[in-house]
Amino acid sequence: MVVAGSGLQYLKKGITPHMWCPGCGNGIVLAMIFRVFEKLDYRMEETVVVTGIGCWGKADDYVVTNGFHGTHGRALAFATGIKAFNPRLHVVVLMGDGDCITIGGNHFIHAARRNIDLTAIIVNNFNYGMTGGQVSGTTPSGMYTSTTVYMNPERDVDICALAAVAGANYVARGTPYHGFELETNMEEALTKKGFSVVEVVSPCPTHYGKNNAMRTPVEMLKWIKGKAMTKAEYDSLDPSITGEYFPIGKLVDRDAPDFNTRYDEIRGRAMKDRTP
Amino acid sequence: MITTPNQTQLMQGNQAMTHGALYAGARFYAGYPITPSSEIAEECSVLMPKLGGMYIQMEDEIASIAAVVGASLAGAKAFTATSGPGFSLMQENLGFAVMAEVPCVVINVQRSGPSTGLATKPAQADVMQARWGRHGDQSVVALCPSTVAECFGLTVQAFNFSEKYRIPVILVADEVVAHMREGFRIPEDGEVTVIERKRPTCHPRRYKPFETDIDGVAPLASYGSDYVFHVSSSMHGPDGFSNNDPVNATRKIEQLHRKVEFHRDEIVITRSFDIEDADVLLVAYGITARAARAAALAGREAGIKAGVLQLLTLWPFADKEIGLASERVQTIIVPEMNYAGQVAGEVQKVVGPDRDIRRVNRYNGQIITPDDILEVMTR
Repeated sequence: MVVAGSGLQYLKKGITPHMWCPGCGNGIVLAMIFRVFEKLDYRMEETVVVTGIGCWGKADDYVVTNGFHGTHGRALAFATGIKAFNPRLHVVVLMGDGDCITIGGNHFIHAARRNIDLTAIIVNNFNYGMTGGQVSGTTPSGMYTSTTVYMNPERDVDICALAAVAGANYVARGTPYHGFELETNMEEALTKKGFSVVEVVSPCPTHYGKNNAMRTPVEMLKWIKGKAMTKAEYDSLDPSITGEYFPIGKLVDRDAPDFNTRYDEIRGRAMKDRTP
Repeated sequence: MITTPNQTQLMQGNQAMTHGALYAGARFYAGYPITPSSEIAEECSVLMPKLGGMYIQMEDEIASIAAVVGASLAGAKAFTATSGPGFSLMQENLGFAVMAEVPCVVINVQRSGPSTGLATKPAQADVMQARWGRHGDQSVVALCPSTVAECFGLTVQAFNFSEKYRIPVILVADEVVAHMREGFRIPEDGEVTVIERKRPTCHPRRYKPFETDIDGVAPLASYGSDYVFHVSSSMHGPDGFSNNDPVNATRKIEQLHRKVEFHRDEIVITRSFDIEDADVLLVAYGITARAARAAALAGREAGIKAGVLQLLTLWPFADKEIGLASERVQTIIVPEMNYAGQVAGEVQKVVGPDRDIRRVNRYNGQIITPDDILEVMTR
């Protein structure tokens, strides 16, 4: 028996224990996704969960909707083909920061620009967890990872700002600490037509925490909580210190026509045109 | 169809490949522009939406083949076209199509390399990349046209093999074949066999996307149908979920190879010209096969009994056919537009190290002429 509202009907049976470390945010995020799926009454047949490679990219192993586990960084490109050919499907793309923003950054920009009706749920834990905690495109400058032991000399990219400027219809950020708000944002993202992005800033005590003097899940979660604030609070900060914090909640909400809608217009024009 | 069937028209190789794809039922094209394959993209951008299909220009070739794979799993017959550098970028996700057993077609219009090379000039140097370009253990099917008619016919054939065996099929064309124009009549519907992928007929709850039938191929459902399924780039069991058991891995790798090996005789297509009484055997493919035929005819006029074995299938390699054709001949010549003799080396493997193979190689962006071959033949 599945408890109503739990979303457990979407969880694959018999796969526990899962592969994620104690204190990881992935399980919390996956449970939220399941609850929202149930709330939105997503049928298994019409839902495709697409993942790439990484800790969060293993999430498809635990899901009983249609699933697609692809190559590193390319999840959005595979998902684009799925959604473009069958727009009736709910296509939900789960990627980590390495997968989505670092190796797959170009696909992220163009999925947003194309405004294809996908929902990207990006778990950003600031490092490459699965391969042992190496630096990522979202590792903040000056922080430590297993390949930046003297500190990270590079700057990090703001996933949500990038999604906004590239044209995503919906952009939100949350953390596992702010569970209710995050779940609401996920629901909004899934129901939004066009490209929608939810960035989840998530703890990785095993690697990122260990390398940055936050060895326990609680320490890591407190660090994340201390950096998160509402957009109004964030906007009122002195610009010299905004880099220390990030805004959470809904950041972009617009209704530009999505790719499939626009392509239907192309079909209409092409079919009217009688020239070979 | 857009063009009028039953009417011969002047058609370019790239156009013929496009029409072959549409004839086979392709309704999804994702690609990235690159010379000398761009006419395929342009033609698809016009024709796909007219047919209710889709043309989408992706951000690079990595994304192009990825979108093709995604669309195929959503039920489309899907393809892409590219050339050397783009073909290199596609390799990883082509490997995905092998592993996840996703039907799709990739056209690689070969141009001169390495790297950007002589970007607009022909070459035949991707034979080995087609075979071995991806990491990991796998078989592959690659076809190679030498005429506009073959551009059409082999594209249909590429889709048929890909659908029937749940494999990506590579069409290895070259710049000259792709850009030249010949008279060609698009067949009527039904004139050429078109094969559709095997669909599951079991109860949806019992469906396993990698549980093979006796032919080594599992039925493939589409996302959005009553059949819910999971595919993975990682080693997986019959249910499509990750499976690291060595017994399972052994079975999967063997199945990926054997579904091609077992149907090898159907897949390997060759054409022979005057080889019955030949003393000289020319083994050739693509545009060079035409020069080889001209050289063989000229050779016969000069009193040399020459014949040509044309390889329309490059992979799996036509070892049996070459073995048979080369038994009685005195001389074997393999002309090709690459330095290393990518096919000559395979022919050498077939006939053994003791037999001398005369090679004709050109790698400067110019095609091999009948005279080039004749010179070696009469040496």
